[in-house]
Amino acid sequence: MASKATTDVPMKGGFNFDLCRRNEMLANKGLRGPSFLKTGTTIVGLIFQDGVILGADTRATEGPIVADKNCEKIHYMAPNIYCCGAGTAADTEAVTDMVSSQLKLHRYHTGRESRVVTALTLLKTHLFSYQGYVSAALVLGGVDVTGPHLHTIYPHGSTDTLPYATMGSGSLAAMAIFESKYREGLSKDEGIKLVAEAILSGVFNDLGSGSNVDICIITKGHTEYLRNHMLPNPRTYPQKGYSFPKRTEVLLTKITPLREVVEVIEGGDAMEE
Amino acid sequence: MSIFEYNGSALVAMVGKNCFAIASDRRLGVQLQTIATDFQRIFRIHDKVFIGLSGLGTDVQTLYQRLVFRHKLYQLREERDMKPETFASLVSALLYEKRFGPYFCQPVIAGLGDDDKPFICTMDSIGAKELAKDFVVAGTASESLYGACEAMFKPDMEPEELFETISQALISSVDRDCLSGWGGHVYVVTPTEVTEKILKGRMD
Repeated sequence: MASKATTDVPMKGGFNFDLCRRNEMLANKGLRGPSFLKTGTTIVGLIFQDGVILGADTRATEGPIVADKNCEKIHYMAPNIYCCGAGTAADTEAVTDMVSSQLKLHRYHTGRESRVVTALTLLKTHLFSYQGYVSAALVLGGVDVTGPHLHTIYPHGSTDTLPYATMGSGSLAAMAIFESKYREGLSKDEGIKLVAEAILSGVFNDLGSGSNVDICIITKGHTEYLRNHMLPNPRTYPQKGYSFPKRTEVLLTKITPLREVVEVIEGGDAMEE
Repeated sequence: MSIFEYNGSALVAMVGKNCFAIASDRRLGVQLQTIATDFQRIFRIHDKVFIGLSGLGTDVQTLYQRLVFRHKLYQLREERDMKPETFASLVSALLYEKRFGPYFCQPVIAGLGDDDKPFICTMDSIGAKELAKDFVVAGTASESLYGACEAMFKPDMEPEELFETISQALISSVDRDCLSGWGGHVYVVTPTEVTEKILKGRMD
């Protein structure tokens, strides 16, 4: 067992439950716990003739407040695999980063391209072992040696394998579009158009989703990430600032000059012996 | 009542032209009773990285001490200061480690990176990073700060104008929040100097 003095030294990983007792005590005293940053999201994916297309909106919310108007929800897993995340933002970010690094180590070990099922298994085992408390709802897509793959992963660790998938609070709005317009063997342009339409349906019909459309197209040996592919909600009011007629009242000012960065010149004459 | 409202706080950071500003209120209260009017919420990690911690006062100080410790270990190992992006990842990792028993803190990080490019970011209490190009806010006055900053901010401000904007945004926002206020603490950081100012505000 590690001594008390070493508890602050960087740990190897895993969660730390030190504050749980204190926080529970505070909760029992009537002090509500914090609300977390959520991505009340629309995320989608579909399989087209040469690969997979993933799509996401870009709104992050904290309760009813829009916390981020242009966040990234399509996470990198491997060069040939990307993953859309919905749910608690910290969980989707952490879980995809973690699996992404495991995949990279696996690639170094095997010298082969990562497979989508590998990512799927790593994600679902992690989520299942936390019984749904790690609330990440994911759409995983990629193209590997066995062809294109699209999966959805639920926070409890169950998975689906589908030709077209939606997740998040805007999933119904997006699925309505897919159900009426999806067909097998879509071309790339048709696929992008359909994904964008599904995301827009979420953006305009679901309050948890909004702002822009991000798209990621994965084909054999090539990945195209279209950040802000569509900007359907541009800022309509000016951002011209404001001129203040009266200056702010300052009580104290302290100016600390920063030291100059000294450039070290390598080489030069050697010292005499 | 939420635990974030126990002590009260207001934090904001803004990006200017090759500079940034970070500001906080100065009140420490226990619910509606004011305990201190000179509370520090913004801390210097090194000359070009600052962190503001909103939320529960005890966790603010604990977290700050752990961050200083980890940054010093980094300095010893790497013989250089952390980049703001790296520091943000460190904060995020420390917070996410306590995913199921979090620190009641919402940090705001601001720094100057390579080529003095300003960087600002905020997080929730479990380390979900939110990077922004213009401004970030946190604390009990965050809602009014969103409104004030959205109206007052403009891109590429010079340090003097940036100071005026962030100060006015902070002062006007905390006047609409019972739990924060009692003046402000503003840091404006340029590649050559750090200016620290204490603002006068309403005392009610």
